Amino acid sequence: MREQLVHDLRAAYARLWVRIKGGNREPEWLIAEMIIPVLTLSAYIYIYKMLKAPPEFAGFVIIGGTMVAFWTNVLWNMSAQFYWEKETGTLEVYFVAPISRMAILFGMALGGFVNTTLRAITVLLAGILIFQVPLTLNEPLTALLLFFLTIIALYALGMLFASLFLMYGREAWHTANLLQEPVHFLSGSYFPYTYLPFLVQLLSSMIPLTFGLDGIRRVIIMGQGIGSVWPNIVALVIFILILLPLAKFALSYMENLGKKEGRLTLRWQ
Amino acid sequence: MQHCIETKELGRTFKGQEKKVVKALDNVTLTIEDGEIFGLLGPNGAGKTTFIKILTTLLLPTSGAAYVKGFNVAKEQNKVRKIINLVSGGETPGYGILSVKENLWFFSQLYGLSTSVANEKIKQLIVDLDIEEFTNSRMAKLSTGYKQRLSLARGLLNDPKVLFLDEPTLGLDVLTSMKLRSYIVDWAKKEKKGTVLLTTHYMAEADEMCDRVAIIDRGKILACDSPLTLKEKLGENQIVKIEVSSVQADFSFLEKMKGIVGHSQTRSIQTNTTTLKVMAREESMLSEIVSKLEEQKLKILSTNKAEPTLEDVYISLVGRGFEEE
Repeated sequence: MREQLVHDLRAAYARLWVRIKGGNREPEWLIAEMIIPVLTLSAYIYIYKMLKAPPEFAGFVIIGGTMVAFWTNVLWNMSAQFYWEKETGTLEVYFVAPISRMAILFGMALGGFVNTTLRAITVLLAGILIFQVPLTLNEPLTALLLFFLTIIALYALGMLFASLFLMYGREAWHTANLLQEPVHFLSGSYFPYTYLPFLVQLLSSMIPLTFGLDGIRRVIIMGQGIGSVWPNIVALVIFILILLPLAKFALSYMENLGKKEGRLTLRWQ
Repeated sequence: MQHCIETKELGRTFKGQEKKVVKALDNVTLTIEDGEIFGLLGPNGAGKTTFIKILTTLLLPTSGAAYVKGFNVAKEQNKVRKIINLVSGGETPGYGILSVKENLWFFSQLYGLSTSVANEKIKQLIVDLDIEEFTNSRMAKLSTGYKQRLSLARGLLNDPKVLFLDEPTLGLDVLTSMKLRSYIVDWAKKEKKGTVLLTTHYMAEADEMCDRVAIIDRGKILACDSPLTLKEKLGENQIVKIEVSSVQADFSFLEKMKGIVGHSQTRSIQTNTTTLKVMAREESMLSEIVSKLEEQKLKILSTNKAEPTLEDVYISLVGRGFEEE
């Protein structure tokens, strides 16, 4: 048991290392990943300025843009990873190795988180310095707690998607495409989701990013504390408690199904 | 007695086009002993990769059972994975953006090696497989041959008790293939590190490397013995190679001739020639075949008697060569 745990942790660390090393070896990627989000944010901020919206809206956009970087990473570099491994032919190696598949996903998630955090911090700092966004941060620990809970919930969702991508490759690819922009919209990445109609808000409440974004904005921009964001914390904890075991179950189920149907390592399906 | 690998009436079906059930493996019963280099020889689509995928826990059988070192591959998957490794020909041996050394270190962690043990092992394998000059080169920049050496190095990192090689020399040049074959034979025979199960459709490879060979076609094992014994079993059959000056020669008349065990042909568009290989019960049939070819106004470029090969064993069993699948 202990031996297997150590083995799985080694595998997770190695996968994290590969992701960080691979993700930062070619600097031109880094530049593109930092500049493009800042341009997107700028467009929204100028629209708000033109419409004479309250100054905290610029802050909403910057926090939204920072967190969107994580969502994009979860969708394309986490959920789709097993799919890419299958297409490039390295998936077989993972599945013949005596390791937990969750350890690999955990390593991918941590690596993706580290890489994206570096980019997200740049976006955040650039946004704050360029647009002079007023911050009112009274409870930094609450902000950190909300941030980490959001990240865990998002990556747990990514782990769940990973098993779907594993089996339904191309179909899942289209699903991810379908999820990207609607999630930006529903979670209120560039505006407070409370402006959405009630029924749409109900739909939004099925996305962990909605609760994370709302909570972080309240704490960092509006200066609120744990007293007002505790429902966000509870919601995120519930998401994590449901998504993590579900991801583990789904991965094991899909792997077994893949072996039964002979599609586990079949490419271009 | 426990065998290294044992399969009992192993079967695997797939749903083909229009939901037609395709039998990839049909009641395969085999045993492979410790230290053997065992070859599974057959044309593309014969069921070789399916067999290996089941034994390496990548696929579940639809019937029967398979054991590696006594562990059931369907029920004790993690125990099996701890003692095996798989190297497939033409596979991507890792991440293109990482160097050879970095890729090997990464895989060593999947096999649970501590970094110090892994580094020693990697150093040794890089020397043994002659990839030193590319140690710090990105994998993406390696040639096909060096990529395959890297794959083999990856497959040996965990000192597997059973090494599965699926078409390990696919697409490699003659020299690289020879080097890899010789390394694998030394690994299994001289150093007695483990058992090898090899799938190939290269006859010479199976002949040169394997202690025993099973010939598989359409999911069924047709024969299983040492290459020498299999060839000896051809007995009194005569094998003749006839080269004719056309790629459009029609050999369908052979089907109607009595005493023909089987035949295969290799057509070369570059030289506009076809080499016909015929296995006949009597040598006297040669003149009859030649006259039938001449009736088609084909120029006979050469006729040679040939020594039996594993391909001839295959021809004698199924009546056709690999290339006619």
